[in-house]
Amino acid sequence: MSILIDSSSRVVTQGITGKTGQFHTRMCLDYAAGRDCFVAGVTPGKGGESFEDIPIFDSVVEAREKTGCNVSVIYVPPKFAAAAIDEAVDAELDLVICITEGIPVHDMILARQRMVGKNTLLVGPNCPGVVTPDVLKIGIMPGYIHQKGTIGVVSRSGTLTYEVVDQLSKVGLGQSTCVGIGGDPINGLKHRDIMALFNEDSATEAVVMCGEIGGTDEEDCARWIEQHMTKPVVAFIAGVTAPTGKRMGHAGAIIAGGKGTAHEKIAALKSAGVHVTQNPAEIGALMKQVLR
Amino acid sequence: MQGEIPSKLKLHEHQAKEILRAHQVPVPHGMTCFSVEEAVTAAVALGGSRWVVKAQIHAGGRGKGGGVKVASSIEDVRLYASKILGMTLVTDQTGPGGKVVERLLIERGLEIASELYIGLVVDRGIQMIALMASSEGGMNIEDVAINDPEKLCTIHIDSIEGVNWDTARSVATQIGLPEAVHDEAMKLFSNLYEVFLTCDATLLEVNPLVVTGDGNIVAVDAKIDLDDSAMYRHPEFGELRDFSEEDPNEIEASRVGLNYISLEGNIGCLVNGAGLAMATMDIIKLHGGDPANFLDVGGGATAEQVSAAFRIMLKHSNVRAILVNIFGGIMRCDVIAQGIVEAAQQVDIRLPLVIRLEGTNVEKGRQILSDSDLSYLAATTMDEAAQKVVEAVRK
Repeated sequence: MSILIDSSSRVVTQGITGKTGQFHTRMCLDYAAGRDCFVAGVTPGKGGESFEDIPIFDSVVEAREKTGCNVSVIYVPPKFAAAAIDEAVDAELDLVICITEGIPVHDMILARQRMVGKNTLLVGPNCPGVVTPDVLKIGIMPGYIHQKGTIGVVSRSGTLTYEVVDQLSKVGLGQSTCVGIGGDPINGLKHRDIMALFNEDSATEAVVMCGEIGGTDEEDCARWIEQHMTKPVVAFIAGVTAPTGKRMGHAGAIIAGGKGTAHEKIAALKSAGVHVTQNPAEIGALMKQVLR
Repeated sequence: MQGEIPSKLKLHEHQAKEILRAHQVPVPHGMTCFSVEEAVTAAVALGGSRWVVKAQIHAGGRGKGGGVKVASSIEDVRLYASKILGMTLVTDQTGPGGKVVERLLIERGLEIASELYIGLVVDRGIQMIALMASSEGGMNIEDVAINDPEKLCTIHIDSIEGVNWDTARSVATQIGLPEAVHDEAMKLFSNLYEVFLTCDATLLEVNPLVVTGDGNIVAVDAKIDLDDSAMYRHPEFGELRDFSEEDPNEIEASRVGLNYISLEGNIGCLVNGAGLAMATMDIIKLHGGDPANFLDVGGGATAEQVSAAFRIMLKHSNVRAILVNIFGGIMRCDVIAQGIVEAAQQVDIRLPLVIRLEGTNVEKGRQILSDSDLSYLAATTMDEAAQKVVEAVRK
């Protein structure tokens, strides 16, 4: 098993005809069971065309009717990305993975409000996507660094996640599923939600969590772990050296009004029994040690 | 308060108040001035017998730092304006270096009966817009939240349905607004919410909101944070940007699409990805060094961007060594390595340079570097890279 995506997922790419959508769809098709899982593309006005033998539709609803797709991945530019999320939610897909960076905050607040009471889950935006190694890759992460295994990975960043996955693979620890939840302040699934899924997943033995400054998601997750988590968790929080009041690249990475510091997050995680390292180069080794 | 979703484009108080005025929110009569003479002329033109002289910088806490003075005569206006203009104002939000005051806001003084607090903010936890109000106007709202939480009311606004006016009215009662101004307060809440939406704001704070002696409500201070991601639909804000408030290196970086922030240390860092860039700063510190900057060259860095990154880092006078940490994903290490070699040819890097490459096509990338005439120290892990760069600085 795995979380969120597996070989039965049927994926529609929203924004499949753009440069980014095309490039990454090709990479995903070439990864493991990609050719079986990627079944549809959507670009309004280009219905009837195809890309790499994948049929293109004008709308997500139509794509769902014709192909049975249940997961969408969004590469639509920021101006139109929130509307693309709305469309996938209205089509009642199970999961939407939004890669797009730079969606206006107000657009995301509205999109999240429209999701209330619906069953669709959202990963992202501003994230690398989700990969279940040797099965399916939906997103922009380099596929080859991953190995099939039992470690779940959840993270707010892109290249830092690749660094962690690479470390895990090199110490012989493969991954069950890796989820990039994104660096935006308003997003879909949080650390806590992904942690709960990993806790239930029979293929996951332990979890690596990468957090960063800003917001209180890591603290919320720490509280959840303390009460419910039955599997070991290793964590790293980026931004111990980040100054107050400055946005560190990600729209959500900011210490403001004394809130969102790395030290607070580290303290919360430690008191929840999480194995926290302050050295980002030792995440893989620490996990190895914890599982020994 | 300091917003949790900060903007590169920051507004001065006088600019925020002009926006409020355009949306029928009452603000004091005032004029923006760049010299003492202008300030005196403004006070005379505004009339009355009391004026407030306010430093305009992009930071809060100005009153405590001596940047806000009440004048009871034109001579006092002259005195305070000459003291404040040109001063380096240090507040708890400016950082230790402070900010030089280059403009003033002169306003007519008001008869104050009570001071309240009103704020609209994006609540990251609940993922909704929150209206916050308190009877404790003029205070730092974060302190009120900690020390007197019962004096802070917060309501969340359904973005689809808008403000629930029954709830808003109960807020007006809870913060002690006199019954007589409730209708006016409702109109004010509505107008502030409209400003928040139409400007794509992430924070709008009126602190204090004043009830005057003659029973009117006036926004005596105003702060608006804008959402950088939404600025494509607000060309009108472009001309409000005050470049003199910003770090010149950060301006240059944002022009070439780099995320750069100056820090106090002496080790320059060039990294791809924001999370990895922070982690790189952290590991330098862990090994006893001090990062001079945060720099994310992004996922698709070009040779031009890499050379711009080197140029910007080298302008920072503290920098004694540079650490390059790249995890090649879709952006291949050989492309990045080529970029570094080209950049080094354009920019004269005379400082110790430590390069750590990992990820896609790493062998090719390392080959390109070692075949070039670039002088550098190679590292395979982040640990090794951090150790080497910290050692290089100590030498």
